[in-house]
Amino acid sequence: MDTSTQITDAPPPVPQPNLAELKRNARGATRPGDRIFLGLSRGSGIFLLVIMAAIAVFLTYRASLALSKNHGNFLTTFEWNTNVTPPSFGIAVLAFGTVVSSIIAMVLAVPVAVAIALFLTHYAPRRLAGPIAYVVDLLAAVPSIVYGLWGALILVPHMTGLFGWLNDFFGWTGIFSWDQGAPRSLLTVGILLAIMILPIITNVSREVFRQVPQMHEEAALALGATRWEVIRMSVLPFGRSGVISASMLGLGRALGETMAVATVLSPDFLIHGSLLNPGGGTFAQNIASKFSEATEFGRDALIASGLVLFVITLVVNGAARMIIARRKEYSGANA
Amino acid sequence: MNRRALALGALAASGALVLTACGSDDTSSGSSGGSSASATTGASSIKCDNAKGQLLSDGSSAQKNAIDAWVAQFSKACGVQINYKAGGSGAGVTSFTQGQLAFAGSDSALKPEEVTASKKVCSGGQGIDLPMVGGPIAVGYNLSGVSNLVLDAPTLAKIFNSKIQYWDDAAIKKLNPSAKLPHLKIQAFHRSDESGTTDNFTKYLIATAKSDWPYSGGKAWQAKGGQAAAQSSGVAAQVKQTNGSIGYFELSYVADGVNAVSINTGASAPVAPSSDSASKAIADAKVVGTGKDLSLQLNYNTKADGAYPITLVTYEIVCDKGNKSDTLPATKAFLRYIASEDGQNVLSGLKYAPIPADIIAKVRTTIEGLN
Amino acid sequence: MSNAVIAEKRPSTLRGASLPKWSPWAIAAGSVAVAVAVGAGTGLTKVQWGLISGLLFLAATYGIAAKVEGRRQAKDRIATGLVWVAFLVALVPLISLVWVTVVRGIKVLDVYFLTHSMGLVADSQPGGGIYHAIIGSLEQVGLATLIAAPIGVLTAIYLVEYGRGRLAQAVTFFVDVMTGVPSIVAGLFILSLMLIFDMQPFGFAGSMALAILMMPVVVRSTEEMLKLVPNELREASLALGVPKWRTILKVVLPTSIGGITTGIMLAVARIAGETAPVLLLVFGNRFINNNPFEGPQQSLPLYVYQQYAAGNEYAYDRAWAASLALIAFVMILNLVARAIARWKAPKTGR
Repeated sequence: MDTSTQITDAPPPVPQPNLAELKRNARGATRPGDRIFLGLSRGSGIFLLVIMAAIAVFLTYRASLALSKNHGNFLTTFEWNTNVTPPSFGIAVLAFGTVVSSIIAMVLAVPVAVAIALFLTHYAPRRLAGPIAYVVDLLAAVPSIVYGLWGALILVPHMTGLFGWLNDFFGWTGIFSWDQGAPRSLLTVGILLAIMILPIITNVSREVFRQVPQMHEEAALALGATRWEVIRMSVLPFGRSGVISASMLGLGRALGETMAVATVLSPDFLIHGSLLNPGGGTFAQNIASKFSEATEFGRDALIASGLVLFVITLVVNGAARMIIARRKEYSGANA
Repeated sequence: MNRRALALGALAASGALVLTACGSDDTSSGSSGGSSASATTGASSIKCDNAKGQLLSDGSSAQKNAIDAWVAQFSKACGVQINYKAGGSGAGVTSFTQGQLAFAGSDSALKPEEVTASKKVCSGGQGIDLPMVGGPIAVGYNLSGVSNLVLDAPTLAKIFNSKIQYWDDAAIKKLNPSAKLPHLKIQAFHRSDESGTTDNFTKYLIATAKSDWPYSGGKAWQAKGGQAAAQSSGVAAQVKQTNGSIGYFELSYVADGVNAVSINTGASAPVAPSSDSASKAIADAKVVGTGKDLSLQLNYNTKADGAYPITLVTYEIVCDKGNKSDTLPATKAFLRYIASEDGQNVLSGLKYAPIPADIIAKVRTTIEGLN
Repeated sequence: MSNAVIAEKRPSTLRGASLPKWSPWAIAAGSVAVAVAVGAGTGLTKVQWGLISGLLFLAATYGIAAKVEGRRQAKDRIATGLVWVAFLVALVPLISLVWVTVVRGIKVLDVYFLTHSMGLVADSQPGGGIYHAIIGSLEQVGLATLIAAPIGVLTAIYLVEYGRGRLAQAVTFFVDVMTGVPSIVAGLFILSLMLIFDMQPFGFAGSMALAILMMPVVVRSTEEMLKLVPNELREASLALGVPKWRTILKVVLPTSIGGITTGIMLAVARIAGETAPVLLLVFGNRFINNNPFEGPQQSLPLYVYQQYAAGNEYAYDRAWAASLALIAFVMILNLVARAIARWKAPKTGR
């Protein structure tokens, strides 16, 4: 996919001067048809811009309304009381929960996803790889509410065994101690998110690994490398930035996930030392479970927290785009 | 591409049209196996007037089962669709004060600021509370091998405030000398959303065990510790799933696998929650609302024999004046039905408690005066 | 993959001793047997049997291979084993998800369920159906697509075919920003507009929020597809004196229509599963409402959520069945999209 982009982006060799003239003509949009079409497409671009700007302005405005009346510290307060006077709310617990559950999801999902992608491109028998890749593609499109339903009714009851085991062997670390509560904790959320984003990361990683130039692998093999050494020396370095951007994509999804978290987590406004004990919250989950009963002020406060999530997601997406852009240069140099 | 897009669009549109013709709202054959008590009351007494259209309502999940039964009767008789979303009392009041609902259901009376907010919606009037459904709040638990647990207010407060951590605590043992209590961690579940059930439950704790419950009360859960779940059904489902758990919800959610705690009120014997025992406690209630508002003051400290002290009353909240003209006839007809004798009789079959006769009489007069 | 073939063809004289082909299977069987024996002896759960056999397999493979074939080969075998194990472990939850949804969903999923609304059936009773939710979902998603697809495609055309200056940069940036909008925030945005204009919940409000979520996805995927169209095609057309707009309509778009359709279908699949904005804007409804412009509607994801929240066995059955219907809907869209993509894949001419 990228290689062809590269090739088409290169300046066409032969009729240089002629083409420049034609292009100028075309861009000048002198014909009425051209003008209308340009107007239409530019118009929709502007329309999109206006909507987006409206949302951004509206969100910032509403958030500032809430923040100006907040009696707690927005960053450090451990409560979310918007229906009392004076209101006091803070995002400390939400930020902690969002980051921790996403990190758990990434730690679990990325290695497994990379392994599955490698399996599909380098290990699996071809007859098996095709259908499996197909199924993984389809799983990536399963709506999150279904993951939420499955998580709450199937995953949670099955977590007690794992939690007991973690508590027995790693309870002394404090992170994995467990008070026998229902396993509706940040760890369960992290695991569910990992399962959710696994197909997405696998998908993109597989695409990247498939683009590794055949020459590189064959050269490594010719030097007597084992299959693992081929992967380590040619496939992984080539695919690294691609895998990173795939992970960022997954991370973005995990950060903003609403329903799957809301059905699985037992929310409260405390930061627990243990990942196994129920409690905590995430931005999206908190908005989803609080907005319906929130007053106008409460909604403003939730919007303020949504804005923080928005910024975090933006940074993650931006990082992914930058890395993808760098990868394009990299692959272009090698193609 | 344009032609193809058009063709696709036309296909989708015509497909939708075809689809819209083949569905049905008539579920009577499917629900015949249902176990609703609503079948016991005739629909003949329902006066529809010129009720029509669809009513939107949201609020208390405590009265959900009662509303479902009423709606089934009322819709059958009048053909009005009543769309009750049990999103919690907080959500109901909020949506009501934003003018999105015909009426709201709430387990707590409107607070002064909520009344103020409602004036925006009710042109020339304000939101008022009409008590319609009474009911015991059961303290349900799931503890294998223990079926007749007795607790009192201070013990309950300590359990839900994480002061009592294990089932074989001395305080629990003292109240249950004969029960085999395991050394198992207590998993106390509370509501994660703002809820009238929480409000009434904590009001009871404040009224009866102030020293063990140092919080101010309200729809949001304040104590630290414990686990949370959304809505009554969520808490009930968690209690059912988890051995060693305890939680509070209305009696109709007490079902297989979940038992209800009997409360030691100081009466001659511990009282189990039931429609009758709750009615006895609610009979003590006094109207404290002013004007057309009929909010009640419940007596949580009752020590009468057979009176179950943890009760709640669910109010339907409407505007006294300035209800939307297109929904008013239907709202009035529906409220008139549920306040009627037939309507109130449905309640005891569903493990709720009817509102005392003198109060419901006032409710009926108020409903007639709505405009 | 040709590397495997090459590996086979290497002359055996250059290789050291190697394990026979059946050895991984033998080691796997051995470690499973040991794990079962240990597990049965000490009363561990089946999950723990699996864990032990997995670890045993890796350890045994490394040990045996290192002894017979040398370190590097041993590492290679470990890597192979790990990749296989990771694959198998990941299969467990995903298969469970699909399996449970199908098995539990099929229980009440029948023609009655598909053609009736919840009507007067209480959440605590058996019966009822999802017809109203299907209608709601189709209408809301359809309207959202009608808004988002043309705008998205046109914006992408602008970015790829015309966009050079500040405006294009701003649009590109904001499209990126828009992909990060949490769905519930889009819902809150529309809700505030509704409150300003004093409107009741209705289906189209949900469509607008869904369209906001859908537009950036369509722009992104269409952009990628348009970039795949070789410049030579455009130049050839322009060189013949065809106006630019006709070039785009008659050359560029037909070449990439397969990919664009796929992108739109995938975006549709994505928004069809959105719960949060619908919960805010469409309100939910137990009855059939065919009119998306007036009165509350139901939608499939919202239905699943509400039935889950009702928390009893009948409601759970309905939730699973509705999930199954929702997955089936999304899968069909996906398959159609893929079929179109394959059928109309842009031919790069190389």
